[in-house]
Amino acid sequence: MLYDLSATTLVEWSRWQFAMTAIYHYMFVPLTLGLSLLVAVMETTWYKTGNDDWLKATKFWMKLFGVNFAIGVATGLILEFQFGTNWSNYSWFVGDIFGAPLAIEGIVAFFMEATFVAVMFFGWRRVSKRFHLVSTWLVYVGTNISALWILVANGWMQDPVGMTFDPDTARNVMTSFTDVLSATAFNKFFHTVTSAYTLSACFVVGVCGWFFLKRRDTEFARKSILLGSVFGLISIALTIFTGDTTSQNIARTQPAKFAAMEGLNRGGNGVGLTVFGILADDPALPSKRLKSTTAAITLPGLLSWMSYRDCHAFIPGFQDILEGYTSHEGKTYAPVQQRIENGQRAMDALRSYKQAKKTNAAAADSALAVLRANYADFGYGSLSSPEEIIPHVPLVFYSFRIMVGLGFLFIVLFILSWWYAKKRQFNRFKFIPYLALACVPLAYIASQCGWIVAEVGRQPWVVQDLMTTHVAVTDITSTWVQVTFWLFALLFTVMLVAELKILCSQIKKGPEV
Amino acid sequence: MPVFTRIWKLYYDGFRNMPAWGRRLWLIVIIKLGVMFLLFRLFLMPNYLNSRYGTFQEKSDHVIEQLISKP
Repeated sequence: MLYDLSATTLVEWSRWQFAMTAIYHYMFVPLTLGLSLLVAVMETTWYKTGNDDWLKATKFWMKLFGVNFAIGVATGLILEFQFGTNWSNYSWFVGDIFGAPLAIEGIVAFFMEATFVAVMFFGWRRVSKRFHLVSTWLVYVGTNISALWILVANGWMQDPVGMTFDPDTARNVMTSFTDVLSATAFNKFFHTVTSAYTLSACFVVGVCGWFFLKRRDTEFARKSILLGSVFGLISIALTIFTGDTTSQNIARTQPAKFAAMEGLNRGGNGVGLTVFGILADDPALPSKRLKSTTAAITLPGLLSWMSYRDCHAFIPGFQDILEGYTSHEGKTYAPVQQRIENGQRAMDALRSYKQAKKTNAAAADSALAVLRANYADFGYGSLSSPEEIIPHVPLVFYSFRIMVGLGFLFIVLFILSWWYAKKRQFNRFKFIPYLALACVPLAYIASQCGWIVAEVGRQPWVVQDLMTTHVAVTDITSTWVQVTFWLFALLFTVMLVAELKILCSQIKKGPEV
Repeated sequence: MPVFTRIWKLYYDGFRNMPAWGRRLWLIVIIKLGVMFLLFRLFLMPNYLNSRYGTFQEKSDHVIEQLISKP
């Protein structure tokens, strides 16, 4: 089943390279987002109570934040290099839309972080307590604003709005910044940051679990667990809420991704939510890309309710999308074959416009009108068959269930941790500190699974309905991409080992005043 | 003390009094940035359109060709 994930072509190698870099980059981002908030809360508690235990905790977690921040900083730059080298068509096509949010991110957030991180680490006893506290909070604000602009850009790729296509330059030009700040972008931002907070809570509780297993610094660890588990419970509740709003949004804007998340081949009214299932090849299905779900545990009507707050709402499956359907909101979607023809019409019109614009203004205007009328299906023109709109269903289906399943495990962890830490019996049952420790890597797995659902689920699109991944890729040799892939793999592995070594040595040192 | 001197002293003393693990961390960061900008950016990952096409119009024409001709 995973055979079709192997890399043989240029686009596959480019995708693997981007996936590896993004996964590596996102190993540092969530802890930066969440730990900065936890550290700010701890320092505020110290500032308000004067209790030096909280100063000790602030300094310890700030140190781990610093290690993670320093190693993670600039790892995202390699993604930007790849845009220019491997994804130049895409970069050009979206340039004007991405320019604004990423420029704001670069200027505001980067300088905010760079300035106040220095005060945070070097400013003890050099600036007032109040100024230091404000700096710590501004580091939190800076890191999270940084994430906002990146996720606005990503949200636009999932739901391209607020722009118009310029046929003279082949670029999408922003027409409304407020439209670009769409519901998709905000759902994506809030779901990502709240899940990052959950991961950070798992990290704090897990590291403290290690202190309990080693029977050292237990009072410090107990206090951190109390804060971490309450923070974790609030974060996971918000993650569930934002996950729900995100899935409602996906149901409306990316129905094929939604069908892949549920392994839904044929939809209908009152569709159930598949809690568990095993996907298998089924020769009776019209495409090899489709899988049937066996051993399924389904909650009747729940998927319809979660998507539209109506147990009888219509949810399209892949076959409905391929054949055309009318959504629950009454919007009609043409069959994919029809959309391919619309896309080809738009591409032909772009070609005609390009040829006619210097010599025949009337023909150019007419071609432009055809292009505008069919632009919503522009990307479909580069599909060679309708079934290409089906992403890798097993990868999306299982990743989604792993993410959600682990989310529920974290709820159990936070409740147990909070309860037993409160009763000063955190190590009463040995499995609790072990569970806490195990949840650290599991939180990273859950977070990466979320990105797999988001990014693999939207294939074949790099910009939904407008540009396929095949068109986005640069015409360079796949050998060149393979060389840089392995160089990145080597660099990332060395850096990760170095980071883990420094992080573990700082954890082993424990809290110091 | 003037504000710029104070800011300079904050960074200077901060780096000067950094513990060994902090120095190790900065060494890794500098090596990483060096590898990324000197090796990857300059030699392995140049901007494709900038390195092949001189003008904005040439770049646009290339991308339009890619958009309408790629299967």
